[in-house]
Amino acid sequence: MAAVQDSTVAVGAGANARPTAQGRLASIWTKHGAGYMFLLPWLVGFFGLTLGPAVASFYLSFTNFDLIRSSEWVGTANYVRIATADPKFAAAIKVTFLYVVLSVPFKLAFALLVAILLNRGIKGLTVYRAIFYLPSLLGGSVAIAVLWRQLFAGDGLINSLLAQFGIEGPSWISHPDYSLWTLVVLSVWQFGSPMIIFLAGLRQIPTDMYEAASLDGASKFRQFYKITLPLLTPVIFFNAVVQTIEAFKAFTPAFIISGGTGGPINSTLFYTLYLYQEAFGNFRMGYASALAWILVLIIGLFTAFSFLTSRYWVHYDD
Amino acid sequence: MTDATMSTGTAPPPATIGRRGPLASLLVHTALIAASIAMLYPLLWMVSASVRPEDEIFSSTSLWPSAVDISSYIRGWFGLDVSFGRFFWNSLVIAVLTVIGNVIACSLAAYAFARLRFAGRNFWFAIMLGTLMIPYHVTLIPQYVLFLDLGWVNTILPLVVPKFLASDAFFIFLMVQFFRGIPRELDEAAMMDGCGPWRIYWKIMLPLSLPVLATAAIFSFIWTWDDFFGPLIYLNDMNTYTIQLGLRTFVDSSSTSDWGGLFAMSTLSLVPVFFFFLFFQRLLIEGIATTGMKR
Repeated sequence: MAAVQDSTVAVGAGANARPTAQGRLASIWTKHGAGYMFLLPWLVGFFGLTLGPAVASFYLSFTNFDLIRSSEWVGTANYVRIATADPKFAAAIKVTFLYVVLSVPFKLAFALLVAILLNRGIKGLTVYRAIFYLPSLLGGSVAIAVLWRQLFAGDGLINSLLAQFGIEGPSWISHPDYSLWTLVVLSVWQFGSPMIIFLAGLRQIPTDMYEAASLDGASKFRQFYKITLPLLTPVIFFNAVVQTIEAFKAFTPAFIISGGTGGPINSTLFYTLYLYQEAFGNFRMGYASALAWILVLIIGLFTAFSFLTSRYWVHYDD
Repeated sequence: MTDATMSTGTAPPPATIGRRGPLASLLVHTALIAASIAMLYPLLWMVSASVRPEDEIFSSTSLWPSAVDISSYIRGWFGLDVSFGRFFWNSLVIAVLTVIGNVIACSLAAYAFARLRFAGRNFWFAIMLGTLMIPYHVTLIPQYVLFLDLGWVNTILPLVVPKFLASDAFFIFLMVQFFRGIPRELDEAAMMDGCGPWRIYWKIMLPLSLPVLATAAIFSFIWTWDDFFGPLIYLNDMNTYTIQLGLRTFVDSSSTSDWGGLFAMSTLSLVPVFFFFLFFQRLLIEGIATTGMKR
């Protein structure tokens, strides 16, 4: 029971005993068994809730499984239809890519800008940091989506504010040209979480580098380009990857703001929303499984692409 | 890839870059205060709308109500067939069980990965990290079928049981990072005194890891409280609804009539998260800064 994982102690205790078959088994158990006992809940979860379902989902993606009738193998028909004959898939891809491309850069730019302002040893840092972080924490909830729907409604707060400047705003939510932008604004509003990571990254940059640059007469602008940005690239890279994956998976705001439809005219049909509609609205679960695997492929390709290109712009100091 | 953010330790003081005049400092504060107001304005407006007389909700962009009227809270609370008290209770039960499950199951796995030596440890650790990358949509449908076959749909079990099987690999990772920082001499001394791994885990690791356990617990609570997708799929009977589903039902049933009630219930639904934020801000921010948590 005692000397379990530490080999030096185990040798000391078992050196005199001649190893029998049973004894060897017992010692293998004391050496490795405890690890697996601790890992048991996770192992059950991994096989039962991750690996098993992932394999099943891959299989289902080649069937017409609909939860009710017995399913049939349809080969690659689901994938073929997705690629060639599904206008809603095309719409969902377009909306999702637009959302990623619009929301992530703006969000990161705000996060970095505010982090730099906060990193000057200013007074009240903790208060500002808390205020900017709060929306990130509340962001996923239905209440915020409900609030947003009201803010950008035709007679909502945003238009009331615009009216004070004599601008007549459109009905943002119900106009297909603007509806996605309201979701982008909601996402950018939640820049607090990457901001905190930027702050932590900025604090890792040694101050003497700036002092040396100052002595050499480098301007603030030049210092930012030559010191801050290069040294921060690992953090920028990390934030970009995490936020992009999160943006690909966004669901609740689009669901609540569009009432589950992805409208108007599919302008807020996020990929995950379309997947939900197919799986739990139309019960086309085989088809939805194929959609899920395409999402995995997209996220995987994007991640691989990021890592491949990162070697050209991300600097690690060794 | 997270090297820069991963190193916890003692952070150097923020870089005061050169000397700044009072004018520059004033400008920075003005910008930050303006940004703070813009960030908080929608939230404050919602709270203010929840206590306004009904006819005043949309006519004013100011944050200060002309009169305080809490009748929206009463109307909202009883606005559906099932009262919001029920939704709050359901959310609370699920969130508390999730916290317990995550803390126990994830810390067990993390202890094994961080401290025990056994055949295949590195392999399983790599697999565990790999699961972090997989979007949950891939396992969603078979999991749903599994829980349906087990008769668990419309109960809290599909939302809670996976947490006791350490399904949030993210927290395992967080705890492994922390456990690795605890000096090994402590385990070795305890082992010399005849402690087995269970006692070391229980008597040494857990007490020393309270900060990371608390961080995991708080994020578990907040994410579960805010979760909409899981309950949307698994809970169909209004008596089992969580606060998020209750709110959504309220939106659908009264979107054109009772705005006051809607904002009142929305405000209430944010109170627990705000409360956690207020009291555990430091832990939450450290958790984000050291591990780069999502959102």
